[in-house]
Amino acid sequence: MSDRISRDAVAHVARLANLALTDDELDTYTAQLADVLAHAADVEALDLAGVEPTTHPYPLTNVLRADVVGPTLDRDEVLAAAPAVADDRFSVPTILGEAP
Amino acid sequence: MSGSALELAAAVRRGTRSAVDVLDEHRAAIEATELQIHAFNLVTAAEARAAAEEVDRTVAAGDDPGPLAGVPIALKDNLCTRGIPTTCSSKILDGWLPPYDATVVQRLAAAGAVPIGKTNLDEFAMGSSTENSAFGPTRNPRDLTRVPGGSSGGSAAAVAAGFAPLSLGSDTGGSIRQPAALCGVVGVKPTYGRVSRYGLIAFASSLDQIGPFANTVADAAQLLEVIAGHDPRDSTSIPEGPPAVSEHLLDGVDGLRVGVVTELLGEGIAPDVAARVREAAEALAAAGAKVEEASVPAAIYGLSAYYLIAPAEASSNLARFDGVRYGLRVNAPTTNEMMIATRTAGFGAEVKRRIMLGTYALSAGYYDAYYGQAQRVRTLIARDFAAAYEQFDVLLSPTSPTTAFAFGDKTADPLTMYLNDVCTIPSNLVGDPAMSVPFGTGADGLPVGVQVLAPALAEATMFRTAAVLEGAAP
Amino acid sequence: MTTTLLPEGWELIVGLEVHAELATATKMFSAAPNMFGDDPNTNIDPVTLGLPGSLPVLNEKAVELAIRLGLAVHCSVEPSVFSRKNYFYPDMPKDFQISQYDKPINVDGWLELPDGTVIGIERAHLEEDTGKSSHMGGDGRIHGASHSLVDYNRAGVPLLEIVSRPDIRTPDQAKAYVSELRSILVATGASDGKMEEGSMRVDANVSVHHPGEPFGTRCEIKNLNSLRSLGRAIEYEARRQVDVLEAGETIRQETRHWNEAEGRTSTMRVKEDADDYRYFPEPDLVPLAPSAEWIEQIRADLPPMPAERRARLAAAAGVPKTTDSVAVIVERDLDGLALATLELGADPGRVLVHVEQNLSGDGSAELRPDLLAALIALETGGELTATQAKQVLADVVATGADPAEVAKAKGFEAMSSDALFTAIDEIIAGSPDEWERFRTGDQKARGKLTGFFVGQVMKATRGQADGGAVTARLNELAAG
Ligand SMILES: [Mg+2]
Ligand SMILES: [Zn+2]
Repeated sequence: MSDRISRDAVAHVARLANLALTDDELDTYTAQLADVLAHAADVEALDLAGVEPTTHPYPLTNVLRADVVGPTLDRDEVLAAAPAVADDRFSVPTILGEAP
Repeated sequence: MSGSALELAAAVRRGTRSAVDVLDEHRAAIEATELQIHAFNLVTAAEARAAAEEVDRTVAAGDDPGPLAGVPIALKDNLCTRGIPTTCSSKILDGWLPPYDATVVQRLAAAGAVPIGKTNLDEFAMGSSTENSAFGPTRNPRDLTRVPGGSSGGSAAAVAAGFAPLSLGSDTGGSIRQPAALCGVVGVKPTYGRVSRYGLIAFASSLDQIGPFANTVADAAQLLEVIAGHDPRDSTSIPEGPPAVSEHLLDGVDGLRVGVVTELLGEGIAPDVAARVREAAEALAAAGAKVEEASVPAAIYGLSAYYLIAPAEASSNLARFDGVRYGLRVNAPTTNEMMIATRTAGFGAEVKRRIMLGTYALSAGYYDAYYGQAQRVRTLIARDFAAAYEQFDVLLSPTSPTTAFAFGDKTADPLTMYLNDVCTIPSNLVGDPAMSVPFGTGADGLPVGVQVLAPALAEATMFRTAAVLEGAAP
Repeated sequence: MTTTLLPEGWELIVGLEVHAELATATKMFSAAPNMFGDDPNTNIDPVTLGLPGSLPVLNEKAVELAIRLGLAVHCSVEPSVFSRKNYFYPDMPKDFQISQYDKPINVDGWLELPDGTVIGIERAHLEEDTGKSSHMGGDGRIHGASHSLVDYNRAGVPLLEIVSRPDIRTPDQAKAYVSELRSILVATGASDGKMEEGSMRVDANVSVHHPGEPFGTRCEIKNLNSLRSLGRAIEYEARRQVDVLEAGETIRQETRHWNEAEGRTSTMRVKEDADDYRYFPEPDLVPLAPSAEWIEQIRADLPPMPAERRARLAAAAGVPKTTDSVAVIVERDLDGLALATLELGADPGRVLVHVEQNLSGDGSAELRPDLLAALIALETGGELTATQAKQVLADVVATGADPAEVAKAKGFEAMSSDALFTAIDEIIAGSPDEWERFRTGDQKARGKLTGFFVGQVMKATRGQADGGAVTARLNELAAG
């Protein structure tokens, strides 16, 4: 067990990411993520107060599109690629709750 | 048969060779060794033939068939091709037929190129050896016991094996340059925003760039000119037109200021690889360049920053693979269980690892320490590069710390595998162009790649440096 | 106006989040049509479906409409950034929503309700709508459904989320706020404001506390799609919270669902630590920084907003701006007619009465102000009674004819005082008992009998008498 990331934290993250892990996988991933995070300790330790984050490597602003209707996809082509379809819509099993 | 794309295109344009003939020749090469190499997830026989015939008709009609007329090109299987399976080498997309073409695919068609297949990759481009493909690994054509590098291993191998004179890959942390180096071909990561990402299935949006593989620097230049240029469908596409690279290819390096990056030539770099880089620097000096040591101190933080940023963006980009609209679905009684079952069955181990790492780096309480901090480090690295480029026109480093390694060598420990990208990652973090040029071999007789780095938009300078290295290569 | 009817010592605190669909031709991040009511999954493109490889590009018109609304509610327009809000849900094609998080386009505004109350607006930010799931089997509700069908036509429709400050204190105020906001959305052209079509949806954050103490724990009631539901839901929820607290229990922070048929809210989802949306800046979009020139040009093009129009009409009519008829007239978009009529010198009181009460039908908006002014002149000149004027006005609206001619055609001649007094005398003579009670009765009795006598005189004169004049004459006669 690493002090970088706990097994519980990995289990929590897997839940957030909609992934199911076996107990063995949980152990393996915990150790591997801990290794990567330990390597990242160099970055974590830097004092970067006052340094702006870079979100885009090539800075652009105000990239806008004119409000003009363009082509749409063929519904049949799109629905043919879907795992389950009914009444021209995508079909999914029971949804347990409303959107958050 | 490692033909030059430019020569083939010239012959087809002149009408001295038919595009169909050119295609058949490459198909024969594929048939001969593809079973051993496994560069392709799919060879698009019928579509390629139709495209070649169309080129021949255009030539016969006296119309301009485009600068890449009749040149076979292999496409990394994370580029959307309408009606042609696009899998990202993942079970989760198995069988998906995109209803649209990527911008680069459209531009290739307009240039007369003939797409001959979709190449293998590490699943969702996550890896450095193409061992993470759900459809089995690709072998290095220079040595079948070695990996081709990754994630664009199939695209590098296709060119190295003579299956196509050109191919396209995508480079998020070195995924074009590193396999190019390991397979002994030219590989280019353009300036971020040079080439439209529309239709490239995203790994890490702020790092991904599409770029060329070729046997020669001149071929790579021509391919870059075809695929580059502003695309209104990509908000991060830079407004400039395609770079004028080819016309400056033979300008030489006389007077050029070249810096050899100290931080990328020390610990962790194999001595034989380092030696080749030093020879390359000497070759440039002999051609008239002014060569000195350069320092980019923050580059050493690149790897850590990258392995927080790229997984974070990936964790979000790959959320859409949920079994609802396309691709794999594993049935379950509720939608939530269906999504979990689908993603659990559909993604391989490395993809899951990165999704979890990225989810963690973005999660409440950790964002500032990990993702936020990594984005600040990016600023530091960009500053250091900017400072270096005040003194130098281009920088030099190894592309990969080692030559091609054996299968299974680095799969047990993810961190060891990640260290492969240490020299290539900084350019992705800052968005600058970089390319790998073959320059001799290592102690094992396998290809070594030298990396040429340049400031944003300075592809022309980078290419003419690469052309000199190509001419001087042992 | 009703109030919350909370027990003594409790105060209601409400903040509202209004999602308005913007009136663009295309979606927020792609050229697919923004159209309500089309066949399912027809207004879709790679971006709408979040297909692998697709990329968003921001709609300029959506930005312009957001700025229009922002300026109309006195916000400051700021440089902004889009972020990803990550959560899995089948109607969300990318399993994240692109929304503005820590850097919204509009911040710090306010609007004024017709009664003069000012409600603060914290922010008004851009985001994309989701698709629509229909729940099959069961009774069409999510619980008990066997499966759901998803239509992505609405996915990616541009939304403006307008977040009020917790300045609202009663259900009626909440309704007035939403109604005012709807008028502003329509006036700016930002949205059609149709709650019934879902182009405006309201979430209410409700808490109760004892004045002077900190605000209580709030619950969010989601997706209220009519003013009536909004008022009822807040009222129910406030009482529920007071009951819980008075029973010595605590309020859990949660999302609640309003059931219109049952008239109650119920727990939808408890807010948990698991609500971790992992917001981060959307790397596929670049920052938005509208230029000062663009903002000023939009400001210059804005039509006057309802509050300003109310103030202008009230000033022209010489009444307080909180006058009910003023609000109604502006709400019905008839203030232009009223102002033009006032400008022609018409009596302000009669203008407000006619426009508010007698001009709700078809063609009212096209009525020529000079015809309305002419009608009011006949009325104030004693040539038409109020009742007659109303009838004439209806014909004028329908035909566009001159009021004097309509009056003449209807046989509405002005009644002389002599003829009126004679008619009154005859009615008094025919009803001696009533007259005696009128003459000697108190204020209350007299009031009742005034109605009787006025009615009799009206009947005898076939409506030609002026009610006010009859009352005045009766009082005069009674006083001897
Ligand atoms: Mg809300
Ligand atoms: Zn919202």
